[in-house]
Amino acid sequence: MRDVYVAGIGITTFTRLEYPLTEIAAYASMMALRDAGVTEVDQIYVANMGAPRINHQTALASAVADSLSLLPAGAAAIENGPASGAAAIKAGFQAVASGMDEVVLVTGVERMREVNNLEATDFVATLTHPLTEYIYGVTLPAHAAMFARLYMEKYGVTERHLAMVGVKNQNAALNNKWAHLQQKITLEGILDSPEAMTNNPYVAEPLRFFDACPVSDGGAALVLVSEEKARELGRPMIRISGVGQATDTHAVFEREEPTDLLAVRRAAAAAYEMAGIGPEDIDVAELHDAFTILEIAESEEVGFFPKGEGHLGLEKGETALGGKIPINVGGGLKGRGHPVGATGVAQAWEIVTQLRGDGGKRQVEGARIGLTLNFGGFGNNVVCLTFVRED
Amino acid sequence: MSVDLEKILRPIDHEMAPYEPKYMMLASGEAVVVRQVFRDEIPDLLKHVEPLVHVERDYYDVVASRVYAELLGYYRHRFQDQYVLALQVDGELAAIVNGRQVTPKLGLSLHTLAMRRGLRIGAHGFAAKMEYHIDTLGHDEVLVVAESPIGFRRWMLEYKLEKRFDTPHELGGVPSWALTRELFNAARSKLVVGRRPVPADILEKAMEKILPPSDPPTPPLDPLAATRSLYDPTATALVQQRWEMEKGMEHA
Repeated sequence: MRDVYVAGIGITTFTRLEYPLTEIAAYASMMALRDAGVTEVDQIYVANMGAPRINHQTALASAVADSLSLLPAGAAAIENGPASGAAAIKAGFQAVASGMDEVVLVTGVERMREVNNLEATDFVATLTHPLTEYIYGVTLPAHAAMFARLYMEKYGVTERHLAMVGVKNQNAALNNKWAHLQQKITLEGILDSPEAMTNNPYVAEPLRFFDACPVSDGGAALVLVSEEKARELGRPMIRISGVGQATDTHAVFEREEPTDLLAVRRAAAAAYEMAGIGPEDIDVAELHDAFTILEIAESEEVGFFPKGEGHLGLEKGETALGGKIPINVGGGLKGRGHPVGATGVAQAWEIVTQLRGDGGKRQVEGARIGLTLNFGGFGNNVVCLTFVRED
Repeated sequence: MSVDLEKILRPIDHEMAPYEPKYMMLASGEAVVVRQVFRDEIPDLLKHVEPLVHVERDYYDVVASRVYAELLGYYRHRFQDQYVLALQVDGELAAIVNGRQVTPKLGLSLHTLAMRRGLRIGAHGFAAKMEYHIDTLGHDEVLVVAESPIGFRRWMLEYKLEKRFDTPHELGGVPSWALTRELFNAARSKLVVGRRPVPADILEKAMEKILPPSDPPTPPLDPLAATRSLYDPTATALVQQRWEMEKGMEHA
């Protein structure tokens, strides 16, 4: 298997974008192609979850290839729920690693704000089990709320811990001009003041408004190349060192212990094994904080903290910029936004930015190894990637 | 015989009790002051409303145009029994809400124009003006309409407003909804917040000068983008144009 490098990265602002879906994808892709210095690619993978349903568009990869005049490159769309982005990176990785392709464009894109918030919530809920979850009205906020309640009872996590994640990540987004939320929040304003319950009402108890990521539009893209091509292009040598993916039961109730995110644990273990590293080697991480509780749980499952102690590390500031293991320094899903199909690619964009040393005010000093965790379903399809800067 | 037309054209405002200022903490940890603005301060508001007339997003253009006309009408004595509340953060204008008294028992909500978003400032302003109608002016109900989907969610859904569809609202003649005293009392504990009195230093800062909003809503980059997005899913010819328009936006 050949080594695979990220030669180019691109992203759009994550917000409500009043452009066609293809244009959003094209914009991010053009930035990545320009960053890499390439004008031709062998293959395009487009990660997207909702185009057929909410944008009334299918065959998205073909449209992107034509929009960018990249014909006759191969093109395919990848739909893997909220883990579509990292799944597309994995496909691109396999294409280059196998020797089949030299240059692969991986683009994640979503335009969710085309529909109202109720339709968007329903669209995401279609990833739940159709017979045992969806038909009973289970949504992702409801899933996360039940998960959070169990976590609180079992490990002593409190609403304050959840709010601390929200404050950390939303305020981190202030250092990322591409992030959706550009609004500072404080614990006092969302938790302690007499107005806190109005400012930050329960969405699905115990989760409140600021515990959830925003519904966003946006695109992100990577250019993956072989080592030979990477050296020719002369861009910083960022190698994808580990790729792990795992699945879990579709219906959450079938899990022996619902607070264990086994697919996260297994995907991370596979990525570490492939990279020949452990969690202690990670300098910066992008975890899938669609809800604040997930960052805490995932930080344990990927091995940064013992099970049930993620919130203790959070309390000590170990997950903040400057801490032992900075998590979501670009805002995460909570602050950057969560255009579902684009998220996994945007996580990789952030890690590559960090490993290049281009993070500006949010730069993790000396970052050399990074990790992304893209969480699909309610933990039933997870992709973990590790990246390393080779000097 | 000379006729003073102004005496005919100028409405006579009824006595309306003043709104007692209050303040509350936002999610950002900042204090926002809600206070009544009278005729002499209206020009200070107009200059901050005018730019929003050109924002074709979330009906800011429609709402700002109407607010501008209402404030101007109030300033130049062509609007009867109107009141205006301003929301300020450190003196900076964050929202304007206004309404008017129709009869001693009936109020009418005009507009809620938020100039800073993401902190429920508009929602706090709407709650304040309903408080003014029901608690201060003693109205039994307030007629309300929404021009944007955001307003519909905030007013009609969150307050569970009653239909008054047989009563055309003064804003465009559209069917009215009503906030009754009973509905307001039901929503009070959840949606109506604020502390009184306002600490002197915070109130002084607000009264000293109405500062311009530092991060007001801005027009979309391409005014036709929303329309195009419906009819041009391929965008083949437009990517280069977008590239040119946004070329200043490099990644971090």
